[in-house]
Amino acid sequence: MPELLLKGGRVLDPASRHDAVTDVRIVDGAIAEIASHLTADAPDAEVVDCAALWVTPGFVDLHTHLREPGFEDAEDIASGTAAAAAGGYTAVCAMANTDPVTDTAAVAHSVRRIGNEIGRADVFPVGSITRGLAGETLTEFGDLLRVAGVDFFSDDGKPVADPLVMRRALQYATAFDVVICNHAEDPSLTEDAQMNEGAMSSLLGLAGWPHEAEEIMIARDLILAAGVGARLHVPHVSTYGAVDLIRRAKAQGVTVTAEVTPHHLTLDDSLLGSYDANLKVNPPLRTSRDVAALRGALVDGTIDAVATDHAPHPPEQKDQEWHHAPCGMLGLETAFAVVLTELIEPGVIDALTAVARFTTGPARVRDVGEHGAGVAVGAAANLAVIDPEARWTVEGRRLHSRARNTPFEGRKLVGRPVHTLLRGRFTLRDGEVVA
Amino acid sequence: MDHLLSIEDLDADAIELILETAESLREIAERPIKKVPTLRGRTVCNLFLEDSTRTRISFEVASKRLSADVINFTAKGSSVSKGESFKDTALTLQAMGVDAVVVRSAAAGAPLQLTRWVDAHVINAGDGWHQHPTQALLDLFTMRRAHGRLEGLKVAVVGDVLHSRVARSEVQALRMVGADVTVVAPPTLMPPDPSAWDVPFTSTLDPVLADLDVLYVLRVQRERMHRQFFPSVREYRRHWGIDAERLARLPDHAIVMHPGPMNRGVEIAADVADEHEAIITDQVTNGIAVRMAVLYLLLGRDGAKETTDA
Ligand SMILES: [Zn+2]
Repeated sequence: MPELLLKGGRVLDPASRHDAVTDVRIVDGAIAEIASHLTADAPDAEVVDCAALWVTPGFVDLHTHLREPGFEDAEDIASGTAAAAAGGYTAVCAMANTDPVTDTAAVAHSVRRIGNEIGRADVFPVGSITRGLAGETLTEFGDLLRVAGVDFFSDDGKPVADPLVMRRALQYATAFDVVICNHAEDPSLTEDAQMNEGAMSSLLGLAGWPHEAEEIMIARDLILAAGVGARLHVPHVSTYGAVDLIRRAKAQGVTVTAEVTPHHLTLDDSLLGSYDANLKVNPPLRTSRDVAALRGALVDGTIDAVATDHAPHPPEQKDQEWHHAPCGMLGLETAFAVVLTELIEPGVIDALTAVARFTTGPARVRDVGEHGAGVAVGAAANLAVIDPEARWTVEGRRLHSRARNTPFEGRKLVGRPVHTLLRGRFTLRDGEVVA
Repeated sequence: MDHLLSIEDLDADAIELILETAESLREIAERPIKKVPTLRGRTVCNLFLEDSTRTRISFEVASKRLSADVINFTAKGSSVSKGESFKDTALTLQAMGVDAVVVRSAAAGAPLQLTRWVDAHVINAGDGWHQHPTQALLDLFTMRRAHGRLEGLKVAVVGDVLHSRVARSEVQALRMVGADVTVVAPPTLMPPDPSAWDVPFTSTLDPVLADLDVLYVLRVQRERMHRQFFPSVREYRRHWGIDAERLARLPDHAIVMHPGPMNRGVEIAADVADEHEAIITDQVTNGIAVRMAVLYLLLGRDGAKETTDA
């Protein structure tokens, strides 16, 4: 592998709090030198001009639905990791609600293996908490960890509703020090729910998802996790009440981490008058008050990570009545640009902290190997190079996902990854995904 | 106006125009030959994805009295009949070149979504819990005939407001024309954030009755009764049902209305229902006139279409 020299980029490294224009030398897939005015050592070295660009650790997504196995018409590991590379990600955590469900080491192993073969991003399979996502019988956490390295478990899409099952899962997880992530929704309060419950749902005539449904589940899980001393991760936090619960639990020393999606940070239920099913998501878009609380929590670290909840659905699924359309939206390719446009540019969050929420933050939640470690000598060259000035308009059909259900269709964004490097190899080069 | 999807598409002037137009069309029903050639050559499709024979027939009669051709497309149950999606159905109608689609769906927002796929005028004949604008308009028409005015009229809308598209449309329309509306419902059947409706809400019916001009009784959706929205029919009837005793507390000039079909013995006592049958039958007659007015106002003035059809 030839030497690679990233020249003149603004290196944003949250691990060392380093933010300055510096050159980065990459040799054999690892960072060999970080200093100013570097010149190429090897005769075949490639010099990449990074002037006016940001160089950051490769992003880590804790919450990706790659849909393979079972739902490849929506997405597969190849298209999903292509979208990841285009979004600046070098690692994605593949949710377990596939068919078959990732509830055995064999399924997890095959997901990881296909990810490795395709090589556009490292794929970390998430194991389900319960077999078949049925909420009844625990999966073999120990075996999944031993055979396939799975250290993160979630029935995402479905909550573990039974408190006893959840308690046992948390308790049992402590034996292997794995993380339990429960989709926070009390299903008895959300039967047939279609959107956030509130003023807007009462005008649109859609059954509501009350914020209490999320908060009751988080409160329960926090109590259970504290009781047994387990590690709990709260996915896609969407309400101000949930933020308060997590903030208080952290202050009390509960081992809890949390994530928020770019769409919950930037969109609210006032947009739903269009009945555009691309805006239908679980948990639902909440109110502007919730959005403000989520932003505050992202800035102050109550929320550790931005996670996409990238959920592709084929167009025919979204092109139907709101009521019948499935929940979910794309996220990988727009995540950082949305945060840059809506949060960094207006000064809601500084660039270094924002980058941390895409890199070191998620890496603190679960083990993603060499990802999210930082830009440091000796570390694997998993990097994103971003043009913070690039102006582009989101067009679903031009994204790399198989699906095109983006809520940001037609939206003008600022900032876009130009290169993504996985162990020093381009997965995105000059804005093109490398096959 | 291209479509009638929601009362929010209208304003007081637009409502006035529809009601005035309906007034002049109502007399057609009293002629021996109940038909005018206004929409000859136009095709109206009744796309009923949820059962409602009454509303469908009302639109059908309205279209036919204006000499339009009518296609009935009914599919019971969900969006999909025989595996055909809502969008495919829309594209088929588009290909058939229909001029207007009257759509009824159990899914809120379906009429709005339809406008993205068809060029035809779309009329919402009820979508989920969302809107039923022609019902509200025919109710206003009926109230105005009974009282000679709408502005300042004191109206109470009583019952299962949460699940009612009629209530949503009715309250908006009444506010637009300057009526004085109060909503009465058990707390469990109120919308989650009633402030969004911008009218007073209460759970106690009796204090409201004394100076009403219109008592508008909503249908209780029987299928929801076991969901703990209220403990029992008996309890509901006692606190929110309209019986002879409550009727006696209304001013003499007050009318009782119901969008039908009535659950006799639930939201309205059988004898009260019978006594007020007349005005409810009137609502049906007026429904045809109002729907004729809507069709006429949307379709009757498409000049360009006329020449291509000739
Ligand atoms: Zn989820």
